[in-house]
Amino acid sequence: MLPMPDLPWRFIAILLANGVLVGAMYALVALGFVLIYKATDAINFAQGEFVMFAGFLAAAAIHLAGLPWWVSALLTIAAMIAFAFGLERVVLRPLLGRPIIAVIMATIGLAAVLRGAATLAFGGGTQTIPLPISDSPLLLGPLILPPIKLVGAVVSLGFLAAFGWFFLKSRIGVAMRAVADSQQVAMAMGINVRRYFALAWALAGIVSALGGVLWGSMLGVDNQLALVGLKVFPVMILGGLDSIVGAVVGGLIVGVVESLSAGFLDPLVGGGTKDIVPFLLMIAVLMVRPEGIFGRRRIERV
Amino acid sequence: MFHSETRIFKTSYAADMALFPLPIARWAMAGLAFVFVVVVPLVASPYLMTLLNLVLIAVVGAIGLDILVGYTGLISIGAGGFMSVGAYTAANLVVRLGLPFWVAIPAGGLMAALVGIVVGIPSLRIKGIYLAVATLASQFIIEWLINHVTWISGGIEASIQVPPPVVFGYKLVTPQQLYFFLLFFAVVAIVATLNLVRSRIGRAFIAIRDQDIAAEIIGINIFRYKLYAFAISSFYAGVTGVLYTYYLGIANYEQFGIDVSINYLAMIIIGGLGSVQGAVFGAAFITLLPEATRLFLTDFGGAVFSQDTIRQLVPNLTLILFGGLIIFFLIVEPEGLNRLWRNIRNYFRLWPFSY
Repeated sequence: MLPMPDLPWRFIAILLANGVLVGAMYALVALGFVLIYKATDAINFAQGEFVMFAGFLAAAAIHLAGLPWWVSALLTIAAMIAFAFGLERVVLRPLLGRPIIAVIMATIGLAAVLRGAATLAFGGGTQTIPLPISDSPLLLGPLILPPIKLVGAVVSLGFLAAFGWFFLKSRIGVAMRAVADSQQVAMAMGINVRRYFALAWALAGIVSALGGVLWGSMLGVDNQLALVGLKVFPVMILGGLDSIVGAVVGGLIVGVVESLSAGFLDPLVGGGTKDIVPFLLMIAVLMVRPEGIFGRRRIERV
Repeated sequence: MFHSETRIFKTSYAADMALFPLPIARWAMAGLAFVFVVVVPLVASPYLMTLLNLVLIAVVGAIGLDILVGYTGLISIGAGGFMSVGAYTAANLVVRLGLPFWVAIPAGGLMAALVGIVVGIPSLRIKGIYLAVATLASQFIIEWLINHVTWISGGIEASIQVPPPVVFGYKLVTPQQLYFFLLFFAVVAIVATLNLVRSRIGRAFIAIRDQDIAAEIIGINIFRYKLYAFAISSFYAGVTGVLYTYYLGIANYEQFGIDVSINYLAMIIIGGLGSVQGAVFGAAFITLLPEATRLFLTDFGGAVFSQDTIRQLVPNLTLILFGGLIIFFLIVEPEGLNRLWRNIRNYFRLWPFSY
């Protein structure tokens, strides 16, 4: 047998494992986009700001109100549901049926409002969300993993599975898929389309709240937390905008690619590749398969 | 402009398409030119000139983005990237080869146009949200490249000092001198675009915006025209980048980040998509918004807040106002400031016999 080249297998394994864990958490945030896009055809450029806002709310509940972490998390979820409902009613509903740029710009505007408001309300400093998870790295065979990532990934995948089941089997999920398929037909079948639009936003609110608590406890809560939202664009384009499975696969791909490029490319070119390699991959996929890996091809009529 | 349409009869298509649809428009233009060339420089303080200069630079960029987004209907969140391409191209030419501004500015524009064409290639296959995200990606990739390739960015902190432009032997340093320099380019951009959008190319852009598949069926080569749109728009963006570099005296990629791209999108949305006049309004509005917020708060906020609080308040309040105004205009007046202006004008058009 030829002598194996001296590749740092353990290093690669750690990078892969970390990538998978982070990827699962990306998938959770991407789910927020996918839910809204599937049901309402709107794209939410403020998803990252949703996550940031939820993170701030959770941190405030823990530090200012002195509540235990699980109460804070539940409160954050409730607040984000209410917030998303209100938003859908005030901002998004008047824009129904308008060109896509109107919705994109409205959510970009929303992102600016949220960033400004969060800094005004909660201050510019970095806040923490202390979860009862130890900081000491977990040793799993050859792997070293931070427990918070492990918990985050498990919770994320759990919720992704729950949402997958919800969409496939539950009555509400079936109705939402019908709305996503064709609003007119769904309306003709007696589905209250507007209610399901609001519901989609509420679900996205739940997802953002979870994302905010998990990402916030991992990275700390400040304005930078919103950048998670930017990472999610490659995730959902890779997976296809309207597919939950796609969000998971896209998340895992982006997580792994990012982690590997940070490990191998950064030392060669001087850092920061983790932020652009997912985008390069995304453009490559867009050129070959514009609807993503799991997305449905759209048929256009003139 | 305010003018009455009474007693004016158009008898040919050419008259209908003319740049000055009414005789009085010529006089109005002459009046505007007089105000901007003679009155403003005489009256305005250096501080006001600085603000006006920023507006003039933004006018060029906003019009350029409007050609792509407003006229051709291709969404781009990457204007800042093209601006930095123009800025660094010009900065390198000026510093390394000592070229004058009249070479550096078109060169920066052309380089940005080239990069714009590359970014625009996927636009044949993708549109809407996919294109928006692809242009967003281009923004990050360009930023990263400039930051990491020292051959482009000059190394330390990725910024290049640029000497002021020299016109007819005069160095343009003061805000007033730069004002005339920038005014020239803003006017060229406005006139060029007004002519572009009523030409064959401009009409093809509008057809593509309204329905790209239908446009293709009536014989417009949409791939070519979409690339034209990207190239022209990026050219403007590149020129904007160069002008900004001359204005600051330094080329720095941080001046052209994602927030700049979003600012320019906000300009054309608030001004009114698909109108040169709207882009000008929007550019002025968004450029002056932070300054107006700051002045308002320092003058009137003092009663409620301390000066320290105000200093913290201003950037965040500006952000909230900025986002809130975008949402407000999208919902309440989708055609933007331009529409408000037309409403006022139309009221006076048949005045005093408006019915």
